Amino acid sequence: MTDTRGAGERLEELDAVEGLAVEPITQWDLFWTRLRRHRLAMVAAGVLTFMVLLVVLAPLLPFEDPTQRLLDDTGRTLRNIGPRGGILFGTDELGRDVLSRVVYGGRASLIVGGVTGALVCTMGTLVGSIAGYYPGPVDQSLMRFTDLVLGLPLLPVAIVVGRILPDVEWLPSWVGDGPIGIALLLGFLSWGGLARIVRAEFLSLREKEFVEAARAAGANDRRIVFRHILPNAISPIIVQTTLIVGIAIIVEAALSFLGFGIPPPTPTWGGIVSEGGRIAVRGFWWQLVFGGTALVVTVLSINFLGDGLRDALDPTQTIERK
Amino acid sequence: MTEVASTYDTTAEISDDHILRVDNLVKEFPITRGVFFKKQVGAVHAVADVSFYVKRGETLGLVGESGCGKSTTARSILRLLEPTSGDVWFNPEGGDPVNIPTANKETLRNLRRELQIIFQDPYASLNPRMTVASIVAEPMTVHNVGTKQDRLDRVKELLKVVGLSPEHTNRYPHEFSGGQRQRIGVARALALNPSFMVLDEPVSALDVSIQAQVLNLLQDLQEELGLTYLFIAHDLSVVRHISDRVAVMYLGRIVELADRNALYEEPMHPYTHALLSAVPIPDPEVESNRVRIILEGDIPSPANPPSGCRFHTRCPKAVEGVCDTDDPQLRELAEEHWVACHYPEVRKVF
Amino acid sequence: MAEPLLEVNDLRTYFSTEEGIVRAVDGISFTLDRQERLGIVGESGSGKSVTAMSIMRLIEPPAGEVVTGTITFKGRNLLEYDEADMQDIRGGQIAMIFQDPMTALNPVYTIGDQLMETIMLHQKVSRKEAYDIALTAIEDVQIPGAKSRMETYPHELSGGMRQRIMIAMGLSCNPDLLIADEPTTALDVTTQAQIMDLMLHLADERGTAVMLITHDLGVVAGFCDNVQVMYGGGIVEKGTVGQLFANPQHPYTWGLLGSLARMDEEEQHRLRSVRGAPPSLINLPSGCRFRPRCDFAVDVCAQAFPLLRDSGEPGQESACHRANELDLKSIVQEEEVTA
Repeated sequence: MTDTRGAGERLEELDAVEGLAVEPITQWDLFWTRLRRHRLAMVAAGVLTFMVLLVVLAPLLPFEDPTQRLLDDTGRTLRNIGPRGGILFGTDELGRDVLSRVVYGGRASLIVGGVTGALVCTMGTLVGSIAGYYPGPVDQSLMRFTDLVLGLPLLPVAIVVGRILPDVEWLPSWVGDGPIGIALLLGFLSWGGLARIVRAEFLSLREKEFVEAARAAGANDRRIVFRHILPNAISPIIVQTTLIVGIAIIVEAALSFLGFGIPPPTPTWGGIVSEGGRIAVRGFWWQLVFGGTALVVTVLSINFLGDGLRDALDPTQTIERK
Repeated sequence: MTEVASTYDTTAEISDDHILRVDNLVKEFPITRGVFFKKQVGAVHAVADVSFYVKRGETLGLVGESGCGKSTTARSILRLLEPTSGDVWFNPEGGDPVNIPTANKETLRNLRRELQIIFQDPYASLNPRMTVASIVAEPMTVHNVGTKQDRLDRVKELLKVVGLSPEHTNRYPHEFSGGQRQRIGVARALALNPSFMVLDEPVSALDVSIQAQVLNLLQDLQEELGLTYLFIAHDLSVVRHISDRVAVMYLGRIVELADRNALYEEPMHPYTHALLSAVPIPDPEVESNRVRIILEGDIPSPANPPSGCRFHTRCPKAVEGVCDTDDPQLRELAEEHWVACHYPEVRKVF
Repeated sequence: MAEPLLEVNDLRTYFSTEEGIVRAVDGISFTLDRQERLGIVGESGSGKSVTAMSIMRLIEPPAGEVVTGTITFKGRNLLEYDEADMQDIRGGQIAMIFQDPMTALNPVYTIGDQLMETIMLHQKVSRKEAYDIALTAIEDVQIPGAKSRMETYPHELSGGMRQRIMIAMGLSCNPDLLIADEPTTALDVTTQAQIMDLMLHLADERGTAVMLITHDLGVVAGFCDNVQVMYGGGIVEKGTVGQLFANPQHPYTWGLLGSLARMDEEEQHRLRSVRGAPPSLINLPSGCRFRPRCDFAVDVCAQAFPLLRDSGEPGQESACHRANELDLKSIVQEEEVTA
């Protein structure tokens, strides 16, 4: 009665018992299936795609110049006109078209969000992984530096540096007073949190048995980091990065609100919201609501998409196999 | 008796019948204080002067309770941890012996094809983000063996060998049960046809019925492929079942090493007596007639091991003035039966 | 016959999860007499721990729920108790010891505080009296320096010491029933022997019945009077320890015993092993739950669910359709001859 058959012969039974024999599925398929199941993330992806396309293609589309005032037939400026046919989102105090200001304002905000996010993701991951993978003096010095950066108060430093930057002669002007300058500044100030998270992940992952197994197989540091540790730290990186993108857009808005952002007349969502907020109390709600909605919807979409990506990249999320 | 007994010779050359020889292996973990200026204030003596050899084709069991240093010994042998001192000679068939602790990077990398390890926790030892195919193929990928297709073919073959379906290559570890995962771990270890395998508690995380499956698989593989095993476990029943010879560790030391039957039937070290008497035997008739040797107290901290014989604080036979001052060496008291005790005595415990 | 201390009747505890309903305990019935030592053996997912949690009413809705059944303790159905009454029972008349003593002890209070709290919760005593009872309890579990131990925190103790404290806490109110859920699994084998001996010795002194939940058949063989084997949420076999080990009636018990390496045998023959893996408790197989892994399954096993019935010696019961026609014991003997 002893089971003396070879392991291979017992196979069919095992499969019959557990119903495991299936068609192969590629990892890419799995990723897409999972992402598609995440309905909110799909909607968010659609919204963001639309926003980006709109913002990039704005000059080719029939929008008004966001910096020019609209005039009526008699040459009078159309100030504070409510939404109507032809002027869908109305005009602002100076008579500029709110729709085109919201669209062009999105350029600045999305650049700030995107560039800050990219910078934070790169620096945070790089610093965090080096610190987490090489304990001792390397880790110690990098983390003290991180603490220093984290200790800098975001808004005051941004305000001061933002004020100085345009006057630095050797910097190209697009760094000085464009959205990229703000983004770089915000990025350099906000990677500390992610670095700490990534370091903690690395510290715990490097002790895992599967990392030891890879080492026992002869894998070098590069393979261990890129194949074994980093993929398992991806969730917190994505979550933190999407949070930062949202925060960067909001901080840019706050800077503009305080008058330290991108200087007028270039439209930004922050600027629109701050101006609009002041005006809206007098009943001109459209000057606040459209810009504000665009800002909120974008930030929310980025966070939802982040959630979706995180789940889709996690193979342990349950998935129906057909 | 003491005069005749020879102590273990750690200077001899590795014999041809031995695949591995460990001489005076020591592994200490420093205890440090301070954040910026780290100062060493002590050390955990996890492995304190361990010597043994492993014969080609045999299974050497290494048993002991948690904290005795058995896993650290295994990891130091494979240089997953850097040993503090000592030699580990690996003797590949038809090649020259290599001393692992001093081997250079390239030699070590090549050695890794011969030495493999299977881990205790089938959940933690497989990367959750990799498919079974990439997990099992990893040793081949790392050593650039064959084309991608060759590797996939080999993976399928290996999965069959360990009793899994070759169609499972695209699945992720979490889709498998504990026993199946352990089989995946075995397949990975076999990928490069190693000659020596460290099995670090390979079945202790599994349910009893699954344990037997994996143990049978390991025994079949050993027979078919001529593997040598260093089998580390705390379960003395499993160790007797699978090992040819058994070494008992206590607090970083080997206290007794002998042929399987000699160790279980005629144990000489008081710690071995206590250990064996404590293991419950799944037979109520046998159990009702057993006398347990209950040890006093807990295992001392390896950061501050007792002087003399490390077991003297809990030993029922400890003699003051001897056991607490003199550190007993491993001596061969019967053929191939090594004991580190000042007052050894054969005692049947069941 | 006297009324049993505990009578569990057709207990079903289900958990609802995203994947479906997990039938963790599915229709079990058993009795436990005063001062009995009952072992409940099973592998992970067999329902043995959920059985204990159900008795202690520690299953929290909405995740899990006792769907049907009665748990009669000293003549009253525990499932009808309100939460306040149940709190008196827990720790007072039924005590429980867990696998991991570290998680069961609160790390920010001293051992003494925690012991005294339990005592004062269940007995009408002053702080001073509670202190004395706690001190005696620590002395009873053979911890040296009881007075100073009262002032220590859980992390300062070894695993074995913590488990002793748990035993002291469990037995401090002289319960009628002690449920020990894998009490020694996290401990080393020499410590395990100490703790088991101590726990059962103290339970005997107090006339406390013990329900020992474990995966370790060796522990059951050494320390229990009666045993029941659980598989896939049901009891597949019960009997005295002697009967079950010498003459298993259910193919699962038989397979389990054959899976064990025996340390006391000079001839080590190949382990029998049970093929396959335990069933998913969401999609249980039809008929007998052990059928897909059973070497003796026939048509009827797929059609009808086997109930526990007398099989083997008097008092022994097995939930196998073929229990009476199979002679598992002689298969073992044949194996030993051929090996």
